[in-house]
Amino acid sequence: MEIFELFISLIFVNNIILIQNLGICPYVGCSREKGVAFGMGSAVIFVVVMATICTWFAQRHILNPLGLGYLQTLVFILIIASLVQFVEMFLKKLLPPLYESLGIFLPLITTNCAVMGTAILVQRENLDLGTGILYAFATSAGFLFALLLMAGVRERLETLRVPKAMAGTPISLVMGGIMALSFMAFKGMAQ
Amino acid sequence: MSFYKEFTKGLWNELPPFRLLLGLCPVLAVTKSAQNGLGMGVAVLFVLLLSNIIVSLVRDIIPKKVRIACFVTISATLVVAVELLMQAYTYPLYQQLGIFVPLIVVNCIILGRAEAFAAKNPVYLAVADGLGMGIGFTLSLTFLGSLREIIGAGTFFGVPVFGEYYQPFTMMIEAPGAFICLGCILGFMNYLNRIQSRRKGLAAHKNPTVCGSTCAQCGGCSKANLS
Repeated sequence: MEIFELFISLIFVNNIILIQNLGICPYVGCSREKGVAFGMGSAVIFVVVMATICTWFAQRHILNPLGLGYLQTLVFILIIASLVQFVEMFLKKLLPPLYESLGIFLPLITTNCAVMGTAILVQRENLDLGTGILYAFATSAGFLFALLLMAGVRERLETLRVPKAMAGTPISLVMGGIMALSFMAFKGMAQ
Repeated sequence: MSFYKEFTKGLWNELPPFRLLLGLCPVLAVTKSAQNGLGMGVAVLFVLLLSNIIVSLVRDIIPKKVRIACFVTISATLVVAVELLMQAYTYPLYQQLGIFVPLIVVNCIILGRAEAFAAKNPVYLAVADGLGMGIGFTLSLTFLGSLREIIGAGTFFGVPVFGEYYQPFTMMIEAPGAFICLGCILGFMNYLNRIQSRRKGLAAHKNPTVCGSTCAQCGGCSKANLS
């Protein structure tokens, strides 16, 4: 039951893009088509979960015992950057079909603040490893969900006549705002 | 003369969040009030200026292949310094900004300027670029923050502006207001741009960034990051 609540909370009530405003760049950049949005979203799920596991161990077993908590930012970004690079090489060698579909999104993920944001949030909320992994998975599932919704709307938008100055990024931000407004209706369903 | 040119380009022609679309996440998330926007802007200004100076100083020593890793380490170190300084001197603001202080390190504006400008230019130009971009970023954040605070809470830097009968439009200081405000500002900037270029008889102004397109189009400016 608690797990169900965690998922509802992170996908709908505290959606990472629409309510917490993390990971806006891919939200605007990779939501032209549903295929691209799905690829980006699944790559993010994969990396966020991996990154959360690695940073959890680094924080609990290296930084905390040594009293180096203030180096969190520096250590996390280096872990994430090397992790992404490593995952890319690993997939290329061992799982070429998966690499074909996710590969082009991987380099884009290092500077996606959703990844680092989730890793830091898991530490700030002081979750244990199991809950941390679920938290990371639910958060990135929310990311995929918002990206897919946005792609659906934007595919429709292609056929409409938008004022020239508003076309492209401005109108998609305004639409994101309207979507966020509707997501606010979920408030109260969970913490 | 070129010092002046590099300084002023960040203030209007290449205004970071509104023209280059660099680093949108903090722009949307922390501008709940003018004060938060200003605080975040100053933190970014500090990191950007110092990282530009350091990158420009070591640009001839760093091997080309590992330069991005070096830039990331430099900016992450500076962000840690900012975190500690903010905890020491402006703790309430640090709490308000939350995880967006450590997230300065993944803000593409820092890496973007290091890669596109500081790594190719002498120190005094890098200082001009960092100052100009940083001040432009701070002003934009403060502007967006004040706009949202005035409409959404009826105050400006905490001081009521509308009198006591004003019913605050709370949506504007929540997440949706951020998207809608930023979208409208971007639309307005595009409109000004179009008028300007029509008057000059030129094609529409292109946004110059690291990878040749806007940050939002490539989804994170990080194509240059790992190559």
